[in-house]
Amino acid sequence: MGEEITVDKVMDLKGLACPMPVVKVSKGIKEVEIGQVIEAVTTDPGSLADFPAWARTSGNEILKTDQEEGVIRFYIKRKA
Amino acid sequence: MKDSAENKREVSPQGEAAKKMKNLEKQMGELKNQVEALAEASPENKIALIVFSGELDKVLAAFIIATGAAAMGMDVVMFFTFWGTPILRDKGKKVGGKDFMGKMFGAMLPKGTSEVKLSKMNMAGMGTAMMKSLMKKKNVASLEQMLELAAELGVRIHICEMSMDLMGFKREEMIEYPNLTFCGVAKFMEEAQNSKVQLFI
Repeated sequence: MGEEITVDKVMDLKGLACPMPVVKVSKGIKEVEIGQVIEAVTTDPGSLADFPAWARTSGNEILKTDQEEGVIRFYIKRKA
Repeated sequence: MKDSAENKREVSPQGEAAKKMKNLEKQMGELKNQVEALAEASPENKIALIVFSGELDKVLAAFIIATGAAAMGMDVVMFFTFWGTPILRDKGKKVGGKDFMGKMFGAMLPKGTSEVKLSKMNMAGMGTAMMKSLMKKKNVASLEQMLELAAELGVRIHICEMSMDLMGFKREEMIEYPNLTFCGVAKFMEEAQNSKVQLFI
């Protein structure tokens, strides 16, 4: 068992195409406090590369990425 | 005489230290100026896009990059020129007082985002219609939605005054967009000079 991640906000971004997942998550993360975690759920395969790139440039941290049956879950900690 | 010689010897090391300090201060001042000049010349976290094309696919690409960059925290400026200008006309607005050429251009060029066509495979509009329905199906944002999103994200839009004049467009027939700016090449260059990324689409 890995350590538990407490999720403060869930964002359903399923079905959205580029650039919407990144645009929405960049807005959504500003709605939680620094240190809190959001779970972003996407179906866009491009987000596998896009989310880490967005996180690096915006100074946030992706704690974990889960992927099953075309659904990708990102656990992102707001750091900036 | 003896007194003054002694004084001189005593004063001189202090004088030297003071001189050195002054030199150092001067160098520090110069260094500070140089660092400030460098900071001023270094690019900001900004992207400047030239939207020269007036086709659906190319303008969509420009908007995807613009909104994506804004989401990544960048300052974004889009400079619409030549074939890109008619896209920013408002379909619902009518203006009079145009000369013959102005009327011709006005009628032949797309009026607003809804009238733009694909650069390839347009097939008399069939290709564009198919692409639009495919975009809807695949949840790709339309140009109209992109424009709205861009405004929401604070993407700045500049329009080339010379293109407007050339094609006979009037300011009153352009879309409502926050802080829409009409300008020329100098304004774009000022923005481009301190941008990290510059694109021509």
